[in-house]
Amino acid sequence: MNYLNAGYGLKSWLLTLDHKRVAWLYFISITGFFFLGGAAATLVRLELITPAGDLLSSDAYNQMFSLHGIVMVWFFLIPSIPATMGNFLLPLMLGARDMAFPRLNLMSWYVFILGGAFTLTAVIAGGIDTGWTFYTPYSTMFSNGAVLAAATGVFIVGFSSILTGINFIVTTHKMRAPGLTWFRLPLFVWAQYATSLIMVLATPVLSITLVLLGVERAFGIGIFDPELGGDPILFEHLFWFYSHPAVYIMLLPAMGVVSEVIACFAHKRIFGYKVMAFSILAIALFGFLVWGHHMFVSGQSIYAGVAFSLLSFLVSVPSALKIFNWLATLYKGHIRFDAPMLFALSFIGLFLIGGLTGVFVATLALDIQMHDTYFVVAHFHYIMVGGMVSAYMAGLHFWWPKITGRLYPEMWARVSAIIVFAGFNLTFFPQFILGWAGMPRRYHAYAEEFQLLNVFSSAGAGMLAVGYLLPLLYLLWSLRYGARAGGNPWDARGLEWTVASPPPKENFATVPRVDSEAYAYDTPQ
Amino acid sequence: MADADDRWQLLLFPESASSVSGQVDTLFWAMVVACGLVVALVFTVLLVFGIRYRRGSPASRRGSPLLYHNRWLEIGWSIPVLAAFLFFFAWGALLYVEILDPPTPEDGEARRVNVIGKQWMWKFQHPEGIREINTLHVAVGQTVRLRMTSQDVIHSFFVPAFRIKQDVLPQTYTRLQFTPTKVGRFDLYCAEYCGLSHSGMVGEVVVMPPSEFQDWLARRDRPGTPQQDGERLFRQYGCSGCHGEASSVRAPDLAGLYGKPVPLESGGTVTADAQYLRDSIVFPSKHVVAGYAPIMPSFKDQISEEDLLKLTAYIQSLTPEEPDAP
Repeated sequence: MNYLNAGYGLKSWLLTLDHKRVAWLYFISITGFFFLGGAAATLVRLELITPAGDLLSSDAYNQMFSLHGIVMVWFFLIPSIPATMGNFLLPLMLGARDMAFPRLNLMSWYVFILGGAFTLTAVIAGGIDTGWTFYTPYSTMFSNGAVLAAATGVFIVGFSSILTGINFIVTTHKMRAPGLTWFRLPLFVWAQYATSLIMVLATPVLSITLVLLGVERAFGIGIFDPELGGDPILFEHLFWFYSHPAVYIMLLPAMGVVSEVIACFAHKRIFGYKVMAFSILAIALFGFLVWGHHMFVSGQSIYAGVAFSLLSFLVSVPSALKIFNWLATLYKGHIRFDAPMLFALSFIGLFLIGGLTGVFVATLALDIQMHDTYFVVAHFHYIMVGGMVSAYMAGLHFWWPKITGRLYPEMWARVSAIIVFAGFNLTFFPQFILGWAGMPRRYHAYAEEFQLLNVFSSAGAGMLAVGYLLPLLYLLWSLRYGARAGGNPWDARGLEWTVASPPPKENFATVPRVDSEAYAYDTPQ
Repeated sequence: MADADDRWQLLLFPESASSVSGQVDTLFWAMVVACGLVVALVFTVLLVFGIRYRRGSPASRRGSPLLYHNRWLEIGWSIPVLAAFLFFFAWGALLYVEILDPPTPEDGEARRVNVIGKQWMWKFQHPEGIREINTLHVAVGQTVRLRMTSQDVIHSFFVPAFRIKQDVLPQTYTRLQFTPTKVGRFDLYCAEYCGLSHSGMVGEVVVMPPSEFQDWLARRDRPGTPQQDGERLFRQYGCSGCHGEASSVRAPDLAGLYGKPVPLESGGTVTADAQYLRDSIVFPSKHVVAGYAPIMPSFKDQISEEDLLKLTAYIQSLTPEEPDAP
């Protein structure tokens, strides 16, 4: 009897209080959103093969990149690892039978779906063309799109983040098994915990900002539109006060996943565990202090720019430390190159390039040139897709046997990891050069000298699409035809590997007792 | 760009054509080299460890507690990273301040051009009064100082070959200064997404040799300089009724005002820059001068952005010494 056959029928899923089934609800919904956002990106890349705006109308193009951004940020990246693997694994890693608040957990999924419904309505009812950034006064006074419906969707989905965050924080504080002290927690749990703190502290700022935006658009009350006595720079401040920490909502869980995978496939304890834990907290904290680096040429005081630049350089130090510590973990390990490890190593390489190019745009004089160009687009895709999505794939493959009780076809998974890595670099590396040469982002038509690099980029996007569709096929295939996985197919450490695959409904028959550090790979499980 | 016809370019070395672009490029390539070394190092280590410590390899794994944590190693690699970061931060910050808050040019002469962005075009007015749309003619070697505003949403003035960019905001004046160093035609882009035809909001900066530029100026109609037009508008809109010398209404005197600190009725002071003058016309209750009653009517929606720039230029011209203010 496991959690999958503990009940049958739609009702047993839609009214479930089991954290593992809630994770499945999220898996299915965010996969849908991922391919919706991906379809929009495909149209954008097809349009950009030629300099002239010939495939889509300007309006359709603007709607496609807006849809891509809004769906990918709020309906895939932000919920991705926490809502799926976080929900599934947090109680298992803590030795608990469920989340602290199982009903709240289910409710946050319904809130997520409600927010998604509003946003999809916005798409059908006229589209939205503001970009995911909703800059005022364009969004409040000029856009003809369904801005209110889309903003309402994002407002609602924010509460889903907040509820998940509260649940994770309380669960981590109160539900740890006896002996599982803070410094025995897997780094995945540290990462979920820090992410939850950001969700709870930053998301309300976005909610308030969207309410103010709605009030201005619906009632003409001047808050951001200078025509009405408002201040558009204020909107930028409020928006980025949330949206910069949101990058760490996406990134920290990814770092957590990568730490688990690297330790397992190097078969070695994580190097510098405490440094890794504290650097997660440092990134979460510093992440709140750097929002102004999105505004170096916005007209904010240039001396504020200098301060934000300095703080942005400082947040890079703990990120650099994490990369060095992962490398040191490999030293004298027993490294296996299974698909999760290939995705995790991709993460390190791509996150490194994303991070270093982040240092370029944090450098004030260079950002004057690079701001709002393809350099920035390439930079954040290296972080969010190269980094975050690679880690998501690493985690998905790593825990797939635990979640489903089935092994995926290893060869196909390795092929997919390699295609994604190559396709990703072919898509986004040329965009660094495009941006440095001055191609602005969100351009429907562009100057002819930019064509060659755009053709490379679109070709890479095609590879990327193949690389992401493959796992969809073979993972679904494995649900029925995959070989049965044992409780611990990777010889991994951690409480989640001590139970059967798939785990029983109540996770642990008896409450486990923990008497060792995390990643005890030097002793047999 | 000069040879835009060639569409098959790798663009590794984009055109560099202003007094600051060379410095920006030096910084860029220094960072490319430094970061390239780091990437090479990390990938090499990944490769070497990956091969040497693959599962089943004969390499020695003799244990030591230092395999799991090593404080000196952590400190040892943090310090060079931090030092390199601080070095590039300082380099970038100094250059940024030089680009966005530049000193007055050495000869004291900066050509003042008014810029209005609107969906989806750029409008320019030269100090001689000449108007252009989407094309800005300038002379090589001559410093140009732009006073920019938007008629609708946020735009951004971006000339990649000059390595300069500045957002252009509604109801606000921002400024940007550059000195072209090469003759040629350089692309001008709107870099801040501004709606339907955002990618059509493009133009050119045409940099000419000084003599050709003088010829170009001479060939154009001169409808009157912004100051002259401003003086006429100052009377036409009735500003002179209160702010004129012979007025019986008690209103602040505008002669000698520009660039000076102004004490406010609400306490504090503001500098009488272009933004202050504009706000005082459009939102007069925003900054009431100490000792004056808030009786000035708002001219919001009555004066176009073009005319506001002319009025500002006229009021600015009432102050003889040109201070280094926007």
